Amino acid sequence: MITKNTIQTIASLARMNLPDAELTALTHDLEAILNYIAKLEKLDTSAVTPTSHVLPLQNVFREDRVVPSLTQAEAVQMAITQKDGAFTVPQVIE
Amino acid sequence: MNLYELTAHALTDKLHSGQISAETLYHSLNQRIKDNDGPVHAYVLFQEEFPGIQDSAPKKFRGLPVAVKDNICVKGMETTCCSRILKGFKPPYDATVIGKLRSQGMVVQGHTNMDEFAFGSSTENSCYGPTHNPWDLTRVPGGSSGGSAAAVAAHEAIWAIGSDTGGSIRQPAAFCGVVGLKPTYGRVSRYGLIAFASSLDQIGPITKDVQDAACLLGILAGHDPMDSTSGDLPVPDYASALGKDIKGLKIGVPKEYFIDGLAPEVRAAVEEAINLLKGMGATIVDISLPHTEYCVATYYIIATAEASSNLARYDGVRYGLRRTPPQPRKSAIVDMFEETRDQGFGEETKRRIMLGTFSLSSGYYDAFYLRGQKVRTLIKNDFDRAFEEVDAIVMPTSPTTAFKIGEKTNDPLAMYLSDIYTIFANLSGVPAISLPCGFSKEGLPIGLQVCAKAFDEEMMLRIAYQYEQKAGWYKETLKPRTKL
Repeated sequence: MITKNTIQTIASLARMNLPDAELTALTHDLEAILNYIAKLEKLDTSAVTPTSHVLPLQNVFREDRVVPSLTQAEAVQMAITQKDGAFTVPQVIE
Repeated sequence: MNLYELTAHALTDKLHSGQISAETLYHSLNQRIKDNDGPVHAYVLFQEEFPGIQDSAPKKFRGLPVAVKDNICVKGMETTCCSRILKGFKPPYDATVIGKLRSQGMVVQGHTNMDEFAFGSSTENSCYGPTHNPWDLTRVPGGSSGGSAAAVAAHEAIWAIGSDTGGSIRQPAAFCGVVGLKPTYGRVSRYGLIAFASSLDQIGPITKDVQDAACLLGILAGHDPMDSTSGDLPVPDYASALGKDIKGLKIGVPKEYFIDGLAPEVRAAVEEAINLLKGMGATIVDISLPHTEYCVATYYIIATAEASSNLARYDGVRYGLRRTPPQPRKSAIVDMFEETRDQGFGEETKRRIMLGTFSLSSGYYDAFYLRGQKVRTLIKNDFDRAFEEVDAIVMPTSPTTAFKIGEKTNDPLAMYLSDIYTIFANLSGVPAISLPCGFSKEGLPIGLQVCAKAFDEEMMLRIAYQYEQKAGWYKETLKPRTKL
């Protein structure tokens, strides 16, 4: 059973400030989805190793050397606001 | 016959012999899009001007245009994942696959519609509005690569690329009567594909026939230092694998895919296809994939967890949308993050971010995310065991034909369950292809799915091609269709 309070906390963790109507709808939707997902509890997974990735790859390294990349000007080209080639945001420290 | 109605392999001959120019072909398609795309809405952006061809490009595919899903970065071309939060975003670089297309002398025709961030099975979750199925405009084209599949089906693209995280290439291909191929995880570079679920996403071709799918896969595939999860393996000549017959091959039919909920017409068409494969000399083997019923639940834990993490980057700081609330609530920066995300994301995107954040959060992690990863192991083991016994597996691509627009929009779980037959390939990493195997009484296409073991796309393509040539459905699906 998932409460609207839990949903509000999760929304805040996900950096969303949802209006009451959206919180109510999401509580209902997530409850239905989580009830469906609960079928996994039927399986005994105590001795199973988790799979995070299907390929047998580990520690893919490359040489640590400088290669051509975007210039600073190209990197900030899509910036919403910028100053001196850096992204600017509202004041962080009050 | 109009140029835009031809397959890529038919057009290469005309381009080589100088019968037609690349520019003529490009403009023929643009005109077709202008005349036809209004009611279909496969494209969200197309380029009026012929973009020009890289001088050094070899002859083979030179001049062929490609339609590209709106989540694959094309330098300087607005790429939005059909989300308000990325409106106006022009990538400063090409995805690796776009670089590969360009180096072959191919040109990008435009960006195709999709569910926002590829979250959906119907292309209804697009900030630009839905795409309509060219076979019946009141129905969905499938999703999330519905724009790419509809463009190919409506002869508005010669071929297209899409992305597949839980069936997003194969299911729309089935609904639109075209061919859609999800490569093995790691076969194609994901660099420049805007991430949904990084352990599941693959880019692949959507084409008019299997031969084109083999050609396009050959161009897209290969190791890329920019994607450390791409496999460092040679790329076979896929087209040369097509001609071999299938006598003596063992083809598995999993009983778990022929259950209640499978539409009788789909079952009949797929069973007929299996009989044909048997008649062509393949040995049909009944197999079991016992964890099939857990695929959807496992997928919606893993995919949303990865998505919630990948979508954390859309915060209004560096690109895309930035919004601030009319009245301050928390701190200025948090207000900006929240307001940007509240206004920028659509309903389904918020739902998936919420579900993913939930299953990754402290107190729920072990019961959801970790358990999901463990069940993923069991699902993968099912396939490892099956491929010790058989060369390939066939099953339906989707339990139904294309559903009506609006039919499932108010029931997220019903929408998620429409992916029930495609998710296995992403969870286990194996390649799978969907190709036409018949029509319903209402004239809607039905898809047959063929999968093979990891990095054995040749086996899968060989069976698909031999079936396609023998069954002959392409004569119907490739028929010229007049204005929609």
